[in-house]
Order: sequence, then structure tokens, then C-alpha cells
Amino acid sequence: MPETASSGPHAGGAAVVAHVPGLRHHFEDMEQQHEAGSLGMWAFLVTEIMFFGGIFAAYVIYRTLYLPGFEGGSRLLDVKLGATNTAVLIGSSLTMVLAVHSAQTGKRKLLVTFLILTMALGAVFLGIKYVEWSTDWTKGLVPGLHWGPTEEIHGNPPLGSVEMFFCFYFIMTGLHAAHMIIGFGILTVITIMGWRGRFSPEYNAPVEVSGLYWHFVDIIWIFLFPLLYLIGGRY
Amino acid sequence: MPGHIVPVRVYITVFLSLLFLTGLTTGVAFIDLGAMNTFAALAIAVVKMLLVALFFMELRYSPALTRVVIVTAFFFLALLMSLTMADNFTRPWTPTPSGWGNSAPSSQNR
Repeated sequence: MPETASSGPHAGGAAVVAHVPGLRHHFEDMEQQHEAGSLGMWAFLVTEIMFFGGIFAAYVIYRTLYLPGFEGGSRLLDVKLGATNTAVLIGSSLTMVLAVHSAQTGKRKLLVTFLILTMALGAVFLGIKYVEWSTDWTKGLVPGLHWGPTEEIHGNPPLGSVEMFFCFYFIMTGLHAAHMIIGFGILTVITIMGWRGRFSPEYNAPVEVSGLYWHFVDIIWIFLFPLLYLIGGRY
Repeated sequence: MPGHIVPVRVYITVFLSLLFLTGLTTGVAFIDLGAMNTFAALAIAVVKMLLVALFFMELRYSPALTRVVIVTAFFFLALLMSLTMADNFTRPWTPTPSGWGNSAPSSQNR
């Protein structure tokens, strides 16, 4: 059976290997492999869009029902910390694309450096989030666990509606933070793979696809920041 | 081709634009524009989302198939938002039939 002998990559010399390095056997060519990988990640991100979309829709409805409570609650949040966190997360998206760029140009050390920087900026984000959450705790702004606002709330809205705002605040920022922590897990694996030299200009789909996830989490925050911190009538 | 390589300066430009827009949206929140405040905040967020998606997530170079999948997601998201809001905003248009009581939470806590 001469055909079988020459079809596998381990069957003979380099001359019989029918595909370019990095191409998996079940794909026609590199372009198809790349498209399939990124389309698969986007299909997952579509489910995430619908997942967060449901929460955003609920937020819109409750905001219209209890507007003064939501505006009063929003004013209790720290805009400076929120804006800083937005900048930090945008910075981590920059280091993430630079990591992908390093993988595409075959710079292993730069790849690992940028991945670690990305995770470091993610850690700064979660650190600031922790500071915010613990301040909320001391101010009695945690529904169900530690509720009883100690500060005066702008416009004196019914307390129940402010509590509703903080339910949304903790569920939205909490789910976002959970996605960040999952992102750490993914990036840790990618960093180890990158350190071991598993990626090359030909094959770097895992770095790119992890980047898609990281940027998606960034986009969620880009919407959470104005919805939670900014549109509470701070003027 | 896999990994369409974008020059680093493009990423830096997008990053600086995103930082500028973050500053802008924060600043605008402290100026009284009435109903336009919410609109401005969401419009800037959409521009930032497009910047991230087109350049950082490389949608600019994505095949049509990927774009169709994403547009489909946003179509269903728009359905979800518009139909729930249509329900929510049009309820006061018709009177509550007598005998149903006043069960709408909006009239008690607003």
C-alpha cells in the first residue's frame, strides 16, 4: 500500500508531507483553518452576547420603572475609580493585541511579556473592583447581605428601588469579574504554551482566539461603565 | 491569510482613541444635556465597541461568514430589547380594567 505510507507526516521524509507546518489534517488550507477557529470563538461569543443582553434588557426595564432610585444609586458609585478601571481594561486590550502581534511575527519573549502584562492589568482592574466593593460594603450598599445605606441618597428615592439598582450593579459587575477570572485561566495556559514555543507565525490561533474573548470582556465593561456610573444625572 | 498582520501604530492609535473617548464620556456625564446625556453615553460606548471589534478583534479583516454570525446575534439582541421595551412603554396607553386592582409596581414606587 504505497499510498498509506506516503500520506502521514511521520511516514517518510519531508518530501512526502503534503501540508504546510501548522496545518491540521482535517482542514483544506491555512485560511480555512483560521476561519474555522475564529468563527467557532465568535459562535461562543454570540451566546455570551445573548447572555449579557438579557441582563442589559432587564436593566433597561427596571431603570425605566424606578428611575429616581437608579439615578440615586448610580451617584453613590465612584466615577474616578470606574473611569480608571475603564482605562486599565482598555490598556489590557492593547497589550493583548500586541501579544497576538508578537505571536504573528514569531517573537516568543515579547509574546510572553505582553501576555503577562495583560494579566497584570487585569489584576489591577480586579484590585480596584475589590476596593470599590469593600467601600460599598462599609456604606451598607450590599443588598441581602449588608443593606442599610449610611449616606444620604440624592433625591431621596424609595430605598427599595435603590436596592434594586445595587442588585443589578453587583450581578453585572460580578459576572463581568467572573469572566475576567476565567480569562486569567485561559491566558495562563496560553502564556505557558507560548513560553514553551508552541506558537509560530504559521500557527498562533489559540493566542488570537483567547484575545477575542479578552476583548469581548472589555466591550462588556465599555457598556457597564456608562450604564452604571455615568447616566445617573451627576451634573 | 491567517493572522493578517496589522502595523503596531494602528493598535496604538485605536488605544489612544479609546482613552480619549473614555475621558469624553466621563466629562459629558457632568454636563446637563437633559435626555441627551443617556444618548451621548450610549453613542460613545457604541463607537468604542466598534473600535475594539473592528481593530482589536480584527473584524475589518474577517470573512463575510463571521460577520453574518455577529450581525445575527445583534439582530436577536435588538428583537429582545425592542419587544420588551415596546411592552414596557406602551402599558400606560391603555387603562387598567376595573377590578384588577393597582398591581403595577411603577405607580407605587416611582
